[in-house]
Amino acid sequence: MQGYILKRVLIAIVTMFVVLTVVFFVFRMGAADPVSIMLPPDATPKDAQKLTKKFGLDKPLIVQYGNFLKNAIRGDFGASFRYSEPALTVLFSRFPASLELGLVAFLMALSIGLSIGIISAVKPDSFIDRFGRVFALGGMSVPSFWAGVMLILFFGVTLRWLPIAGRGSLLNFIMPAFCLSLFPIALLTRLSRSAMLDALKSDYVVMARIKGVPEIRVILIHAFKNASISVVTVIFGIFQAMILGSVVIENIFSWPGIGRLVLTSFFFRDYPVVQVYVLFVTFLVVMFYLLLDIVYAYIDPRIRYQ
Amino acid sequence: MKDKQLDTENEELLVLKDVKTSFFTKKGVVRAVDGVNFTISKGEVVGLVGESGCGKSITSLSIMRLVPQPAGKIVSGEILFKNEDLLKKSEDEMRRIRGDRISMILQDPMVSMNQLLKVGYQLGEPYRYHHKVSGSLREMCIGLLKKVKVPAPESRVNDYPFQFSGGMCQRALIAMGIANGPDLLIADEPTTALDVTIQAQILKLMKDIQRESRSSIILITHDLATVAQICSRLLVMYGGRIIEKAPVKTFYKKPAHPYSVGLIKSVPVLGRPSGRLYSIDGQPPSLLDPPSGCRFAPRCTQAKKPCFEIYPPETILEEGHKVSCWLY
Ligand SMILES: Nc1ncnc2c1ncn2[C@@H]1O[C@H](COP(=O)(O)OP(=O)(O)OP(=O)(O)O)[C@@H](O)[C@H]1O
Ligand code: SF4
Ligand SMILES: [Mg+2]
Repeated sequence: MQGYILKRVLIAIVTMFVVLTVVFFVFRMGAADPVSIMLPPDATPKDAQKLTKKFGLDKPLIVQYGNFLKNAIRGDFGASFRYSEPALTVLFSRFPASLELGLVAFLMALSIGLSIGIISAVKPDSFIDRFGRVFALGGMSVPSFWAGVMLILFFGVTLRWLPIAGRGSLLNFIMPAFCLSLFPIALLTRLSRSAMLDALKSDYVVMARIKGVPEIRVILIHAFKNASISVVTVIFGIFQAMILGSVVIENIFSWPGIGRLVLTSFFFRDYPVVQVYVLFVTFLVVMFYLLLDIVYAYIDPRIRYQ
Repeated sequence: MKDKQLDTENEELLVLKDVKTSFFTKKGVVRAVDGVNFTISKGEVVGLVGESGCGKSITSLSIMRLVPQPAGKIVSGEILFKNEDLLKKSEDEMRRIRGDRISMILQDPMVSMNQLLKVGYQLGEPYRYHHKVSGSLREMCIGLLKKVKVPAPESRVNDYPFQFSGGMCQRALIAMGIANGPDLLIADEPTTALDVTIQAQILKLMKDIQRESRSSIILITHDLATVAQICSRLLVMYGGRIIEKAPVKTFYKKPAHPYSVGLIKSVPVLGRPSGRLYSIDGQPPSLLDPPSGCRFAPRCTQAKKPCFEIYPPETILEEGHKVSCWLY
């Protein structure tokens, strides 16, 4: 088990290193010259030289890369052009808003998706099952931005029940969280339903019933534990997608999270912020996969004892 | 008719009366169990044999009231266990009987175990859900593993099923089956999925356990040799029905039903130079919308006209030997 975790951690570190390298070269080579962007239109060539020197852009690429890595390890990703603050600080100041919305949406998706999925599998063709199937179909085919706009028009503009923008009260959560969780609920409903149907058909479940295990325990201990193996990957994917902040939803509802930050930074060509966003997102993704592998090992002893 | 002079040893434990279980599928109704009658007495070991797909497993799952859902349904009949109709019991009453008074071992030991739960946990379940339990069942589980001769039970109890071999899984499942000393144990092909050498060991274990516990056992198998070793009586199933019932000795000496005769001929006999193993020609019958006549008619060399039209009634040949065939 320890060897297993150590291996995963090493893989995570190597992945992060590769990502840093790729991000460095893409931003240095793909993006426009940062100096010309930062300078005011009336700047002299001398100003440009000074700035180039300040950012170390006059040095060979390989040296720049070395400096980049060194700074990255220290957590220094340069200053935002727009806020004259470290890019990471800017990002972190917005992250709580994304995290908050993401967590609410995630918990909604998890509780609603899993319960509909499990109940549908236990009672196929029941009302819940039919409702779940219609909802899943809708949730997977309706784009979230469209759902968002419709909700704003109906509950925000026509009925004036819910605030249409910003963060603050509990009411502000309802629409963005619902839009954000629409697709995940649909996905989880379908996946947990089919995984549970498979599990409930299996011999070990019949065996548990033969032993006289009460049905609720058959469902939650014997069947769900097995079904969760195929659901857990998706749960992680959803969790990750949600707390990383949704660019679309945050912009529709003017939610001050990192999804909104990255879009405005992009328009303002605030590259350090965009770059730190990309790195942060990949860092979280890598962490999630690490965590996922550990959770797998926890659920499935076959992995643990390899 | 019920025989009033039966002594206690011969007391009826389980009586199936015209039990019908069907699967309602898109293609039509699969009559997996199509009017099955038989009786199991207390302490008796009865073999249930027949080709693959003839309805043996579904018969036993019907007794457990665990027919695969949602397609499967027990359509009619009575299943009297200790004179009470199981088909009239509530789901909760059934749960209390399962694993306590009636237990069953499924066909494939490896997939009958939950791979994510410790063997010890799974072993403890039958006891836990039929008794008031405070504290650990570890000692009891170790005892059970000892009983079924799993080596090093103290450490094995903490293993997961994938750390067990097929034979050990089967032993553990047998241990779960006998945990509460059931009145009836149904063993669905307990040896089929195992190696030949392991088969013999498991069979011996079953024999030992039966001698000790005096539970009634229904042993389902393809294999007549197995039946000869531990059963006293035999039920032959074909196409969803029981076609012949006989004490094992009688059956070997004079099988009555043409299908049974074929079965006996197909058993390889030690010492007899087996040139070509006899096998019954033709396909096993489909249980999807079966015809009204004898199910064996399309394969029977002695079939006559009525055979194809009317199902033959049960004829008593002698005490305990009954057959459903128009030849008798
Ligand atoms: N879930 C199901 N849906 C539809 N038909 C089924 C289902 N389960 C079993 N059957 C049908 O019921 C019939 C009896 O099956 P059963 O499992 O009892 O056979 P069996 O005698 O135990 O065979 P085997 O020796 O292969 O285990 C088969 O013809 C099978 O096609
Ligand atoms: S009833 Fe007819 S077809 Fe059926 S086994 Fe007897 S002789 Fe053959
Ligand atoms: Mg079977």
